[in-house]
Amino acid sequence: MSPLPIRSRHVERFLTLRRSATNHLVTGLAVISTIVVLVPLIAILGYLIYKGASSLNLAFFTHVPVPVGETGGGMANAIAGSSVILGLASLLGIPLGIGAGVYLAEYARGTWLGAGVRFTADVLNGVPSIVMGLAAYALIVAKQQHFSALAGGVALAIMMVPTVARTTEEMLATVPNPVREAALGLGIPKWRTVLSVSLRTASPGIITGCMLAFARVAGETAPLLFTAFGNQFWNFNVNQPIAALPLQIYIYALSPYDEWHRLAWAGALVLMVLIMVSVTLVRIFANRGVLKGGD
Amino acid sequence: MGVEIRVEDLNAWYGTVHTLHDVSLHIPANHVTALIGPSGCGKSTFVRCLNRLHETNPSARAEGTVLMGDIDIYKDASPVEIRRRVGMVFQRPNPFPTMSIYDNVASGLKLNGFRKKRILDEVVERSLKQAALWDEVKDDLKKKSGASLSGGQQQRLCIARALAVDPEVLLMDEPASALDPVSTAKIEDLIFKLKSQYTIVIVTHNMQQAARVAENTGFFLMGKLVEFAATAKIFTNPSDKRTEDYITGRFG
Repeated sequence: MSPLPIRSRHVERFLTLRRSATNHLVTGLAVISTIVVLVPLIAILGYLIYKGASSLNLAFFTHVPVPVGETGGGMANAIAGSSVILGLASLLGIPLGIGAGVYLAEYARGTWLGAGVRFTADVLNGVPSIVMGLAAYALIVAKQQHFSALAGGVALAIMMVPTVARTTEEMLATVPNPVREAALGLGIPKWRTVLSVSLRTASPGIITGCMLAFARVAGETAPLLFTAFGNQFWNFNVNQPIAALPLQIYIYALSPYDEWHRLAWAGALVLMVLIMVSVTLVRIFANRGVLKGGD
Repeated sequence: MGVEIRVEDLNAWYGTVHTLHDVSLHIPANHVTALIGPSGCGKSTFVRCLNRLHETNPSARAEGTVLMGDIDIYKDASPVEIRRRVGMVFQRPNPFPTMSIYDNVASGLKLNGFRKKRILDEVVERSLKQAALWDEVKDDLKKKSGASLSGGQQQRLCIARALAVDPEVLLMDEPASALDPVSTAKIEDLIFKLKSQYTIVIVTHNMQQAARVAENTGFFLMGKLVEFAATAKIFTNPSDKRTEDYITGRFG
């Protein structure tokens, strides 16, 4: 390398100013981009609170919908229904997704089957959600001859699998190979190494992936239209049609009644807050008892 | 107690690349054996064949006879059984990042299904004392992550972890190459103390280190074992011209 050219103090001063100006410019651009991203997010939440908060009352969380013309009523059954459907979807989708991710990362590196599974997962990720609903309709509703919470859960689970699988794979790929070798070198069998070392080391990232998948499907309406179908009454039987917040919002928002519009706004607000709360809770619990490493 | 190792005509491949050619040597029990040679000469591959870690790479394969005591590790036992008898310490400290210091040391037993807490406590304390780390960590055994220790401490933690499963052989693949001189000296002290109980094989780039710690030294070049003899002989009166060129710094 050649030594730096010798410049006069004036040239040096000018260059310093120019570098400093460039630095400020780039920092400014980054800040502006951040604001551009954040503004719609805050605006949506703000508008939801503005439109929805006034219709929120205890009845919203304790009562089922009432017929048109009557005032009052709530979405208690839809909140419960969404919880049932999302619980089913997570119960089915997360273990399957993690299993597929483990297979891709730990067992199928460089194999044809692995490449095929990876490609399929990516394609599945891009399939429109209404098609997922149709798949669940064909698989379950058409066979059973009735709509059900289970069918809704399956539709959402299919949507979760590719996201969970690919994040799991990518997070496992960030686990350094020497850490795996350390475990194998201790005579720990491969399955145990995968379970207790690889997965455990990658768990913060995997949990984030699961939460992303959960948040994404929590707001889905299309896959539930002809699977969970909706229900104006309480139901906890997974073999029966069940209400869901997005469905209820959809029905209310399309209706011609002002009272229902207000409830739709309130429902949207509740849905968004519930998603945010559940994601935050999982993160808090997941971070508990995890020892932080130095580097 | 350590066990002697007899290697006969060991060959190893990565894919189609032949990385070890007909290596034969006798590693005596309870001695320190150093392996030296330039980068890529096959010495790391060689030690990874001694605990069958080599074959965890899907494209890798090994052939030949490795007798550990009277067991042929490629015929009479599964890789998992062998690795419980042969501990390994790697070039870069690799503690399990999400586990506490205690769990790191206990991992070899715990993850093999051993649960008796009183015995685990004893093993953890004994292993950390053997690795000269006990006094530095005894107050944060379960509070701190293994990854929160300094590099030298991490490497001693990895040694403790390897010793906790009570192996007969300890393989060390350049255990001090990522450490500062003070930590290196501590590791070398340890090697000296541990050889009464274990057969130690150490790969090193540092010829002074080989001269300091090992009774016997083997010189690898391009996948072949060029010379294997008492360390004093290798460094003062090597029989092979290539060994002499390497230790006098003419290449490598």
